[in-house]
Amino acid sequence: MKNCREIVCIVCPNGCRMKVFVNEENKVTLVEHAMCKNGVAYAKKEIQSPQRSLTSTIKVINGNLPLVSVRSDRPIAKEKIEEAISELRKLELQAPIEYHQIIIHDILGTGANIISTKQVLKKK
Amino acid sequence: MLINKDVIIVGAGPAGLAAAIEAKKRGVDSVLVLEREPNAGGILNQCIHDGFGVIKFNESLTGPEYAKRYIDEAKALNIEIITNVMVQDISQEKVVTAISPSGIKTYKAAAIILAMGCRERTRGAICIPGSRPAGVFTAGVVQNLVNLKNVMVGKNIVILGSGDIGLIMARRLTLEGANVLAVVEKLPYSSGLQRNITQCLDDFDIPLLLSHTVTKIEGHERVKSVIIAKVDEKGNTIRGTSKKFLCDTLILSVGLIPENELSLNAGVYIDETTNGARVDENLQTSVPGIFACGNVLQVHDLVDYVSAEGELAAKSAVAFIKESNTVASNISVNAGTGIRYVLPQSISSNKDITFSMRVMEPCKNKTIVFRDGDRTINKKTFKALNPAEMIRIDIKSHELEYILNLEVYIDEEL
Repeated sequence: MKNCREIVCIVCPNGCRMKVFVNEENKVTLVEHAMCKNGVAYAKKEIQSPQRSLTSTIKVINGNLPLVSVRSDRPIAKEKIEEAISELRKLELQAPIEYHQIIIHDILGTGANIISTKQVLKKK
Repeated sequence: MLINKDVIIVGAGPAGLAAAIEAKKRGVDSVLVLEREPNAGGILNQCIHDGFGVIKFNESLTGPEYAKRYIDEAKALNIEIITNVMVQDISQEKVVTAISPSGIKTYKAAAIILAMGCRERTRGAICIPGSRPAGVFTAGVVQNLVNLKNVMVGKNIVILGSGDIGLIMARRLTLEGANVLAVVEKLPYSSGLQRNITQCLDDFDIPLLLSHTVTKIEGHERVKSVIIAKVDEKGNTIRGTSKKFLCDTLILSVGLIPENELSLNAGVYIDETTNGARVDENLQTSVPGIFACGNVLQVHDLVDYVSAEGELAAKSAVAFIKESNTVASNISVNAGTGIRYVLPQSISSNKDITFSMRVMEPCKNKTIVFRDGDRTINKKTFKALNPAEMIRIDIKSHELEYILNLEVYIDEEL
């Protein structure tokens, strides 16, 4: 019982409060109170390599909107989020921007692309 | 001149869009959606974070992506959406008056679906003492400024209220370089979803001060500081616990109010607890042919259920036009012990019905019971119940046979 952590699952709105047992090598041995198997998978990931999806905005020049909203097309390592966001802050994109256009390939070597989540047209 | 329409939908947010699509799919040709903003999509346009559509589409979409699915479908179905138009009045006779830069138009609808959404409670609603400097915002306004307008609101920020938008903005502002000093919540538990506390506060070591409130705002032109104090179980501040937080911005995330001014003018009865219309299982209001769905009916925590409600309202509106729904819904549904409200407020006994409700306070391993007098109709046990999370329970038509009235309550014994 000595290496037991409580982790709240963020996969879905149920927010299961799971008890996660970890051995000396930081390997998950048991997950309790998860209502589904996604929770167990999340608990293992959260202990070994926590990941988050990234959402933010990037400045747009000559667009009908001043910003385009973006996200990573898959979750990235939690500790890389802040660095990735500061990469995005340096950018200024020229309108137009298409929906789901790839803005950055393989950001910080994470394997995730940054894609737009809306279309921004050229200013009329 | 009256323009005739079969179904008029007020609001092109997630509820209105889902309703319009469903009405059209059910063979109603003249569907009109009236939207106040320049674009359809409602509040989803500014919700750039993900987590939308997990139930409906089994993927985690951002707000704009979720909205786009519905906007594209509405376009493909040739649904008429007029933006930049403000509905001024809805009458009991279902005459809709709308004003736009091109003038005033009046429509006559066979059925109306209310999908106006909600607005935020402000400083005035919670009466915080102190001066009136710049730098006090509601969370949704901050979300709009930061995510759509590229305007940053401040450097050192305190957030009052742990509603979901406040939590989401705590993370967003931190990532944008602001210093979020604390999220302050008057209740002993958060009013936001647990997953937002984990990924928006815990990830960034932002303290959540439960049973605390802001007792004073200080500053002349701009906020200079706020005073935060502990509160007791009754919500009264405890003497000697005040602390000064130096900050330039106070963000309020202290609840949402369904926007029902138009509904009231139309003669729709409003529920004192939900601040939305009182409805039957068809989501019909007290005015025949006027239906309500989404946040104007009850404040939701998940957009997936907003869309589902929009679809149900449209299905019912179409049935009303075709006069195929003739059964009166006169069985009353009441919220009992532990339940803050339950929807619909009245039902008929011949249908499968999804009830939605919220509990009064967080509890574990409790059973929600549906009862008609001494007869138990249905019960469901939950590992955890939380006021932040709306509960939906499906009851089958055969269980609702011969019932006279229905009470929903939490069983205190197990």
